[in-house]
Amino acid sequence: MTTLDSRVPEGPLAEKWSKRLHDMKLVAPNNKRKQKVIVVGTGLAGASAAASLGELGYHVDAFCITDSPRRAHSIAAQGGINAAKNYPNDGDSVWRLFYDTIKGGDFRSREANVHRLAEVSTAIIDQAVAQGVPFARDYGGELANRSFGGAQVSRTFYARGQTGQQLLLGAYQALMRQVDNKTVTMYPRREMLDLVVVDGKARGIITRNLVTGELERHQADAVVLCTGGYGRVYFLSTNAFNSNGTAAWRCYKRGAHFANPCYVQIHPTCIPQSGDYQSKLTLMSESLRNDGRVWVPKDKADVKTPPSQIPDERRDYYLERKYPSFGNLVPRDVASRNAKYVCDEGRGVGATGRAVYLDFRDAIKNQGRDAIADKYGNLFHMYEKITGENPYEVPMRIYPAVHYTMGGLWVDYELMSTIPGLFVAGEANFSDHGANRLGASALMQGLADGYFVVPFSVGNYLAQNKVEAVSTDHADFKRTEDEVTAHLQKMLDVGAKGNRTVIEIYRDLGEIMYDQVGMSRTPEGLKEAITKIKKLQNDFWTDVKIPGSGDEFNKMLEVAGRLADFLELAELMARDALHRDESCGGHFREDHQTPEGEARRDDENFCYVAAWAFKEAGEPELIKEPLEFENVELSTRSYK
Amino acid sequence: MHDETMNVHLKVWRQAGPESEGRFESYSTEVNPHMSFLEMLDVVNEDLIKKGEMPIEFDNDCREGICGTCGCVVNGQAHGLERGTTVCQLHMRSFRDGETIVIEPWRAEAFPVIRDLVVDRGAFDRIIAAGGYVSVNTGPKPDANAVKIGKDLSDRAFDAAACIGCGACVAACPNASASLFTGAKVTQLALMPQGAPERGRRVRAMVDQMDAEGFGNCSNIGECEAACPKEISLDNIATMKREYLRAMFTDH
Repeated sequence: MTTLDSRVPEGPLAEKWSKRLHDMKLVAPNNKRKQKVIVVGTGLAGASAAASLGELGYHVDAFCITDSPRRAHSIAAQGGINAAKNYPNDGDSVWRLFYDTIKGGDFRSREANVHRLAEVSTAIIDQAVAQGVPFARDYGGELANRSFGGAQVSRTFYARGQTGQQLLLGAYQALMRQVDNKTVTMYPRREMLDLVVVDGKARGIITRNLVTGELERHQADAVVLCTGGYGRVYFLSTNAFNSNGTAAWRCYKRGAHFANPCYVQIHPTCIPQSGDYQSKLTLMSESLRNDGRVWVPKDKADVKTPPSQIPDERRDYYLERKYPSFGNLVPRDVASRNAKYVCDEGRGVGATGRAVYLDFRDAIKNQGRDAIADKYGNLFHMYEKITGENPYEVPMRIYPAVHYTMGGLWVDYELMSTIPGLFVAGEANFSDHGANRLGASALMQGLADGYFVVPFSVGNYLAQNKVEAVSTDHADFKRTEDEVTAHLQKMLDVGAKGNRTVIEIYRDLGEIMYDQVGMSRTPEGLKEAITKIKKLQNDFWTDVKIPGSGDEFNKMLEVAGRLADFLELAELMARDALHRDESCGGHFREDHQTPEGEARRDDENFCYVAAWAFKEAGEPELIKEPLEFENVELSTRSYK
Repeated sequence: MHDETMNVHLKVWRQAGPESEGRFESYSTEVNPHMSFLEMLDVVNEDLIKKGEMPIEFDNDCREGICGTCGCVVNGQAHGLERGTTVCQLHMRSFRDGETIVIEPWRAEAFPVIRDLVVDRGAFDRIIAAGGYVSVNTGPKPDANAVKIGKDLSDRAFDAAACIGCGACVAACPNASASLFTGAKVTQLALMPQGAPERGRRVRAMVDQMDAEGFGNCSNIGECEAACPKEISLDNIATMKREYLRAMFTDH
């Protein structure tokens, strides 16, 4: 039977990471120059990892699918980054950040990883400030903080509503500095289409040059995957158009286990969908819930009444009513689920009835329009651009949308996958957020992994694994490239004769996923989803229509390849959701809820990571990593 | 749920590759006024694909106006006529029923066309690589509050840092100058105390790289500011010029 070794160090929780750092083997400076590391993806995790590895002296080849590393989707993160600095003196500590994150994730993350995340969080802020990142400041010149869902302290650092942008630009600039130093070679407009495994170790990748269509072979001594999440399996999501799951999926098919694929975060504050031409959904930062109050009419009869004509006594501030301690700042899974409930009751507002109000009337009255504009101006501006409505005058309308995937490739404590030499950082791995991610934690994890974990763990691996040099002429490189070529050719052959466009099939997949593998799930729905997804896989491989050829710039061919992988990943997500016979975090099973409609966990039977291993023939094998909580007590999450 | 529709006629620049001849092609389409400009192009492309024709290639990614990937010239204006807006945030409600819309790629020698509306903006990365950073390695740093930075100063640095690197400033400038892009990064890092030690070296290297890439000089026309989706101020160019002069005289 296959087992998984998380390689978590022995000893007290707070000493595990420093102990591991002391025990790690080092690579001497003159040897670092001889070793090459591939970093795929240049968002927060990838850019920070590539820059830091380059600074150490390794030779790094960095790859991104966009035209510049500055465009990675991390740039769109709005609200902020958490760190246990306790600057506001409101009682924060490493322990409290650790505990909030564990609890927020509904006790389905690995204790030691989460503690390390909380520990290094403070260093991330110092690092970013040293890079010149212009965080928001108070008049005294100190850093400003605000609060995010799932926390009762103000530990979130921000740069207006563009925190991801500023942190990414900091990491990107550090990366470009290494490009100038020639320790990093940047390969933009490249898509990783496969992983090359030689003698059981990750030794390279096959990429497609998106401008010329050429396939390229790249070899290295280790590969770091930082390719983000797979939220676009739902077609409509807050993710950027090019975000995809292909690189991770190809690693899965080469032997890396895929963990907890069913854990998806549905973010409560997105601009609702308005038409069926829509290609993506836009998020409004959770920070808005610091001052915005969420409500719907008490009575169904009022849903079409303009909000200004609905007096307070006819409004239901349902989050404040149900969760008096956290109010509008309950975690995302709780806020999303409750928005769904009130809309299911017929009390949703807007043209589709699938929206709730996020109202700034009281905040503007109390603090003044200028104070609100100072905090959220660009978000209000963005909302007005998209909807044509002015949120200073009428409440915003919001609805949940797929945002972040907590599942990802399984990694051990040092972020290495089940393929030696393949490291996975940021959203692409599964480890830190459990079944739900708290706000302002994605930026924290991306940068923690990239700046402060991967550079050490890659070194530790290289110091202990003397790998023989391989040339890209090696048989495994050739075989892998041939397989990629055959896959592309098969797709183009079908695509030349098929009738259904890539986007049509993709929208169908999204609909199945939203309906049956979305905000709430039932065993019947999941079984039905698996059947429908299989049919859609068949439709794709017999009837998809793809324009153009493979040896040119061809966006639709790129999307087709990503869709082919999403069609397989979607099936695994549904399978994982079906097997996890409990509710936890973002995975809400209607057959496991309390009488109040809260998620009911089953720690007796499901306190483990579900890691799936690919099988060439037959169904994937489920391997469990038991989650051991030595320092926190598994309790029922309450935000009342 | 939205009943209203409108018709628009498009004249779109089609060019198969960097070396190919380009030409305008005409298309007509029925759209919903609530669509974004890129969603309109998606709809046109779906029709083209069904007809067996090649879709119009355009760069786009976040569709939230922050990644800076999208950008084309719409009716003669970079990102279209609406101020402070990327083309992905432009909505069809800003056009009239029956209007003809002309769509072209960024046109600048330093931004070669890759295909249709897609251009190569790698020159911007090379300008940043030349010096657009603070030289610090990853590792232990002073506490983030060790150096106080006034809110006004920090806000000004942020205003400059808000540049998304889309290239509209270059496309709008008759000289195809990259001064607004470069000036914004120079200004951000010159304002923050962390960037001070290499202030002079930075501006010299970035300006030299900008020239080497084939961008033109700034002649204070101001089209860049007008076209900038993030409304980055012309003041940044003045700051860059002042920083450059200062570096010449002070040698650091």
